[in-house]
Amino acid sequence: MIQRDDYPQIGDEQVQLLERLSNACAVSGDEGEVRKIVLEEVRPHADDVKVDALGNVLVTRRGHGDQRMRVMVAAHMDEVGLMVTHDEGDGIYRFGTVGGLAATGLPGKTMWVGKEHIPAVIGTKPIHFMEAEEGKKAVSIDNLRLDVGLAGGKVKLGDRAVFATTFARHGPSLRGKALDNRLGVATLIELVKNAPSQIDLQAAFTVQEEIGLRGARVAAFAFDPDMALILDSTPAYDLPTWDVDENAFYNSRLGEGPAIYVADASTLHDPRLVRYLIATAEAHSIPYQLRQPGGGGTDAGAIHKHLEGIPSISVSVPGRYHHSPASIVRLSDWQHTLNLVTTALFNLNSEVLAAER
Amino acid sequence: MTETLTFLKELISAPGISGYESALRPLIEKAWGEITDELSVSRLGSLHGFQRGTGPEPRPAILVAAHMDSIGLMVNAIVDGFLRVTSIGGVDVRVLPGQMVTVHGQDDLPGMIVPTPARLLPSNVQGGIVPLEYLLVDVGLLPDEVTGLVRVGDPISFAQPPLETAGETLAGHSLDNRASIAALTVCLEILQTRPHVWDVWAAATVQEEIGLKGAQTSSFQLRPSLAVAMDVTFGSSPGSSNHQTFPLGKGPTLMWGPNVHPSLFNTLKETAERFEIPFAVEATAHATGTDAVAMQVNAEGVPSVVVGIPLRYMHTPVEMVALKDITRAGRLVAEFITKLDEHFMDKLIWDD
Repeated sequence: MIQRDDYPQIGDEQVQLLERLSNACAVSGDEGEVRKIVLEEVRPHADDVKVDALGNVLVTRRGHGDQRMRVMVAAHMDEVGLMVTHDEGDGIYRFGTVGGLAATGLPGKTMWVGKEHIPAVIGTKPIHFMEAEEGKKAVSIDNLRLDVGLAGGKVKLGDRAVFATTFARHGPSLRGKALDNRLGVATLIELVKNAPSQIDLQAAFTVQEEIGLRGARVAAFAFDPDMALILDSTPAYDLPTWDVDENAFYNSRLGEGPAIYVADASTLHDPRLVRYLIATAEAHSIPYQLRQPGGGGTDAGAIHKHLEGIPSISVSVPGRYHHSPASIVRLSDWQHTLNLVTTALFNLNSEVLAAER
Repeated sequence: MTETLTFLKELISAPGISGYESALRPLIEKAWGEITDELSVSRLGSLHGFQRGTGPEPRPAILVAAHMDSIGLMVNAIVDGFLRVTSIGGVDVRVLPGQMVTVHGQDDLPGMIVPTPARLLPSNVQGGIVPLEYLLVDVGLLPDEVTGLVRVGDPISFAQPPLETAGETLAGHSLDNRASIAALTVCLEILQTRPHVWDVWAAATVQEEIGLKGAQTSSFQLRPSLAVAMDVTFGSSPGSSNHQTFPLGKGPTLMWGPNVHPSLFNTLKETAERFEIPFAVEATAHATGTDAVAMQVNAEGVPSVVVGIPLRYMHTPVEMVALKDITRAGRLVAEFITKLDEHFMDKLIWDD
C-alpha cells in the first residue's frame, strides 16, 4: 500500500529532467539522445536493462513474493520531425516529414538539424510577392526548404530536424517542443525509481510510436506481460470555439487531471482497467478525466492485440498543441497523473483482471 | 564584425512594434551616445543623432534614416484566458501558428500563437490557412490571471530568439529593419573618426511599417538637404524569383527609380566603385516601400537615395541577413558622406 504522503513528487529535480528530455532531439528512428538520458536515469534502479534490436530501452524491476503480476508500462521516446532528403547547395536542403507533422505549421520556424543541433530556418516567400489568393492557400512541403545560412557543410543527407524550441515554465504551465511524449518518459522514469514491490515492473521506453507504434510491438513480445499501462500525452483541444457556445470536441482539458482512455482509433481499452483506474482515483481523491472517445491512439494500439492479447489501459497528461513548435501542459496534471499511476500500481492485484470485462 | 553581431542580436531580442518603440530606443541611444554629438527624440518617438560637420556655416545637412519599428500584433479580445489578435503592419498569417510572442500587458508575458483546432472551426475555413481572426495567443496562465494582466489594445511582439546561422548570417524577427540600424551605426562609427564637411543627422525612425510616419515627421523637423533611406530588400531565397531578389553576402543594393534622385544615385554608385564595395542596382519601378517615399516629398522636396540590405523571408520571424552586407552598407554611406563638399548641392543637377 502507498499513502498519499509517500507519492513521488514533481519537484525541481523532476522538472529539470523533463527539460533535458524535452530539449533533446529524438525523431522516430533516431532516439539516441533521449535513450542516453533514460539509460543514465534508470540504470542505478533497475534489475535488468536492455536496449533491443529497434532501440527500445527495456527495464525490469522485479518485486517480491509468489505469482507476481508482470506489468508492462510503456512510454514512447520518439517525436515527430523532419529528415533532410536533398542538398540543393548553398545551405539549402529539401526535407520530408517524419510522423504527423503538417506542412502548414512549418513556414517561419527555426529548427535544429542533426546531432550537432545546427540552427536552420524554414522561410517562405515574402507576402510582398504574393497574389491575394496565394496568401490564403496552404503551403506544400514541396515549396519549403531548410536554410542553414550561406554555408552548408555540416548537414548530411538523412539528418533529422526538430523545432528549435527550448523548454520554459510559464506560471502553472510548462512549455516544450516534445512534451508528447517526454512527459510519459519522465513519468515512467519516476515509476522505475519508485517501483511497487508486489509486481514485476516492466518499463518499456519505446521507439517509433509516431510512425506506427513499431517499437511497442516488439517490446510487448519481449516482455510478454499480464497487462500493460501506456503513458502518453493526449491533445487538449480546450480552446474557445468560434461560433458556438460550448466546445463539445475538447478531447481533454488542461487542469482536470490525468486523462483515462476508454476508446481511441486503435484500441478499446480494457474496461476492467478503466474501472480500476477510476475507482483508484475516486478512492484517493485524485482528479481525473475521461478522454473523449474518438480518434488518435497510443502504443496500446500495438500492445493490446499482440501475442494472445494483452489487457491494456492508457493514461495521458493532457497537452495543447502537440506536433507543433511547442506544447503547453499543466504541472498539476503531471503530478496528478504520477499520483494516479503510482497508486494504481501499488494497489494492483490479480483480482482486477479476474473480473468479467 | 563581432561587435555588429552582438549589437544586432541585442536589437532583435528587443520588442518595438510600430508605435511602441520605447523599449528598443534606449539600446540605440546607448550605442549612438558615444558616436554622436547630440541625441534627441522626436515628438513621435524617433531617435535623432547629430554629428557636426567641419564646413563653414550655414552647413548643409544630410539625413540618414533607418526605421526601427517592426511588424507585430495587438490584443483585440480576451476569451477564456486566450487572446484574440489583430495585426500591426504587414504580417504573413501563414507563419503565425506556433510562433513565440511576448504580450506586453501589466507584465511582459511569454506566449505562443496557436490556431483554433480544425475541429472547432467553421467548415468554410477548414483545410487551408487559418485566418487571423481564428488565431489565439496562449500565455499558459489561468483565465483569471490573464484578465488581471492583459487588456484589449496591449501590443504583442515576436519573441523568436536570434539564431546564428552559417557563413556569418543571422536569422530572427525584426531584422527588417534593425539590420539597417546596425548598418547606420557602423556608418556613424566611421564618420566619428573621419572629417566630414556636412552635418549628419542619423534617425532611427518610428512607424514605418504602418505608413512611414516617423520619416515624414523627422525629415520635416530636421530639414535636410539630402536624404538616405537605409532599409532591407528582398534576398534571394527558395521560392522567390531571381529577377526580384538579390543574393545575401554580395553587398547592398542601390535602388533606382522615381524615389531616387538620378544624380545622387550616380554619386553613390561612383563611391561604391571607387572603394570597391560590391553592390547591385535595384531597379524599382514602383515606390520603394522605404522611408525615402516620405522623405523625398518632404517640405519643398529632398533629393533622396535608398541603400538596401538583402534579407531573406521578409516579414517572417526568421528573416536572415549576411553581416558582411550590413558593414558594407554602413561603410558605403559613410564614404559617400565624407565625399560631400560645401558645393555639392550646386553640382546636383538634372542632366536633361
